[in-house]
Amino acid sequence: MINYIIRRILYALPILIGVNLLTFALFFVVNTPDNMARIHLGMKHVTPDAIAKWKHERGYDKPLMWNGAAQGGKQATDTIFFEKSVGMFVFDFGRSDEGREIARDIKTRMWPSLAIALPVFVIGLAVNITFAMLMAFFRATYIDFSGVVLCVAMMSVSGLFYIIGGQYLVSKLLHLTPISGFDSGVNAFKFIILPVLIGVVGGIGSGARWYRTIFLEEATRDYVRTARAKGLSELSVLFGHVLKNAMIPILTGAVVVIPLLFMGSLISESFFGIPGLGSYTIDAINAQDFAIVRAMVFLGSVLYIVGLILTDISYTLVDPRIRLE
Amino acid sequence: MLFKPVLLWTDVLLWLLLAGVGLYAWKVRQREHLIRPWRRLLRSRSGVASAVVLLAFVAVGVLDSLHFRLPLEKQGSNTGIHYSPEVLSVFDLIAGPLRKRVEKTYSAPFAAHLYTKETIELPGGKQLRDYPRLKYGGAHLRDPERELGEDVVLTALQGGAYALILLSGLTVLLSLWLARRRGVAPGAAWATIRQGHDEIPWRTFLITLGLLILCACLAVVFSAKYHIFGTDKVGQDVFYLSLKSIRTGLMIGTLTTLVMLPFALLLGIMAGYFRGWVDDVIQYVYTTLSSIPGVLLIAAAVLILQVYMDSNQDAFDTVVARADIRLLFLCVILGITSWTGLCRLLRGETLKLREMEFIQAATAFGVGHFRIIARHILPNVMHIVLISIVLDFSALVLAEAVLSYVGVGVDPAMQSWGNMINGARLEMAREPMVWWSLAAAFVFMFVLVLSANLFSDRMRDAFDPRTR
Repeated sequence: MINYIIRRILYALPILIGVNLLTFALFFVVNTPDNMARIHLGMKHVTPDAIAKWKHERGYDKPLMWNGAAQGGKQATDTIFFEKSVGMFVFDFGRSDEGREIARDIKTRMWPSLAIALPVFVIGLAVNITFAMLMAFFRATYIDFSGVVLCVAMMSVSGLFYIIGGQYLVSKLLHLTPISGFDSGVNAFKFIILPVLIGVVGGIGSGARWYRTIFLEEATRDYVRTARAKGLSELSVLFGHVLKNAMIPILTGAVVVIPLLFMGSLISESFFGIPGLGSYTIDAINAQDFAIVRAMVFLGSVLYIVGLILTDISYTLVDPRIRLE
Repeated sequence: MLFKPVLLWTDVLLWLLLAGVGLYAWKVRQREHLIRPWRRLLRSRSGVASAVVLLAFVAVGVLDSLHFRLPLEKQGSNTGIHYSPEVLSVFDLIAGPLRKRVEKTYSAPFAAHLYTKETIELPGGKQLRDYPRLKYGGAHLRDPERELGEDVVLTALQGGAYALILLSGLTVLLSLWLARRRGVAPGAAWATIRQGHDEIPWRTFLITLGLLILCACLAVVFSAKYHIFGTDKVGQDVFYLSLKSIRTGLMIGTLTTLVMLPFALLLGIMAGYFRGWVDDVIQYVYTTLSSIPGVLLIAAAVLILQVYMDSNQDAFDTVVARADIRLLFLCVILGITSWTGLCRLLRGETLKLREMEFIQAATAFGVGHFRIIARHILPNVMHIVLISIVLDFSALVLAEAVLSYVGVGVDPAMQSWGNMINGARLEMAREPMVWWSLAAAFVFMFVLVLSANLFSDRMRDAFDPRTR
């Protein structure tokens, strides 16, 4: 097991290097530091001096990959690539273009993100599976049919509509929760309810329908027929056999997103004014702060790969046939 | 010249796509095994209903893709013809009045007055602060407060009557056509349609078409007098904007898949067919790409495009051409982030296929790799491609709105549902609320995405060999 995990982490390294090179190419080669400086200083009336100063302040005035002018090891280390990209492997994200330390921002901002994303994930999973089980229980009846129709209709609604509609209905008309904002500690609770509710409702359509397909696929297997032939009730067939065996496809989709919960949700965080990583990213995109976007791209990839490894490990927990060699 | 045709990049791709669809249809007609899943699709009621709605959207989108520039009126001794910098489409001509009837600012649906109060000069020199009348919306009414309800009912009846006439005409034509094809009397053909006994659900077809025609007729008669979805901040008719947005939505939904398809097909099949180091390399590429969060990659790429466009502003002669390049680029970027899923599916299927006996037989006969891939593997993975195209479509239409909200979507100058929502969002806090832009965008998106979802469901049922 330990061996397997170590090997998986080693496999992940080339992928991270690939991501790193790709983001480096996107942010520094395609889009040169000169361009960045011009955007920040305004497109017109920029003197070369101002650009040079801007680049020097942020350390963008070094050669890209190879510093021929430096001595010895500095030839490789005194470059933009080494200082801005290689450091990410040890989570040294450097400073944003505004001069703030990105790593510290991430540390403080990931908790509000998690406060929203984790409940959405857990409650959403429970609600979706419950609905899917109900539909599978009543399969081929009008209850199942109308459930599927409802799911398709719900997944056809834009996610933005859930947010705007929810804010209007719950906060503006009924005055149940604040429209947006955030607070520390226990006071945050009232700000969390609405985003979580909307996140869960918005995910029901596709989620419940997807799990229903999984359950129905399992329900046609031979072991289910055997279980019914033994005289088990439909409920114990569903919970004791179908649900257990459907765990593998469920885990495939669910576990991989767990690490990404730290990143939060771009849209809902910015609508609800939650100071998490999602709104951090949106603000960075709007302010064209390339350093932050670069850091978030890398962080997202790392978390995704962690998710993949966790998925493999979770298989061994639910399926005794799978052993990680 | 009366006009100067303008061929935007996305137009070119759209026509290529339509040509491809035509070629495919022609091929399918000749082959019984290819036509069978389509028949199955046409026999399901929700399949037919959603197809009718989708076709209506496509029709608007295609009309909106025939672009041209009108000449400017001659000025003085200048002999050469100059064309207006405004790029129009055939759809703009059809919806001409809608486009030109611009109010001053917001007005509610079916309103005769502006949304904001203004100072009105009375004939006697006095001034009054009130909601001024609209220039076009409900301008034919003398006393809107009293006459509005009556007028709306009368106009609705008028529209309904038109719809009824059109629909009955179509029904008669359909009965006659069906009667001729089946060799029965027209009355008998009408009976099969009415009772839904035919293999193809003509009744559903007619009901859906009837609803569409009704909506269209009502829209036509009402929008001649009112702004049926109100007007936006600069006074443009929201209904017109929503219709214009159809093209953007369709383009994002289809071109993205079209752009990514060659890569996904080539790499996926190569990985599965050749295995070994080819497989390793391709797997590495798509794992790396898919491990980057999609929205962030898109954001990064669009930011960079913006830089490029800002520093090369001379390269685009019109605003539309500029917005179009951005749309195309957005499709490419969305394609890059979304081809990995299809590639993985294709790789898996090819891995399975290449162990099949017919491929082994081909190999034993000494058929080359290229021929095996083109003649034996490609046709057998096409159902996966078709299914994933329609499955991706609805997700992409929804993604457009989100991306526009994040600020990395289509150009702000381009009409799109995302831009409409984004613009209206800032007016949410107003009292009374400006809700109509939001509502119109969401309704249009919902109808398009819902019919795309229903269609893709039926399509999967019809094409996936496992569900047969």
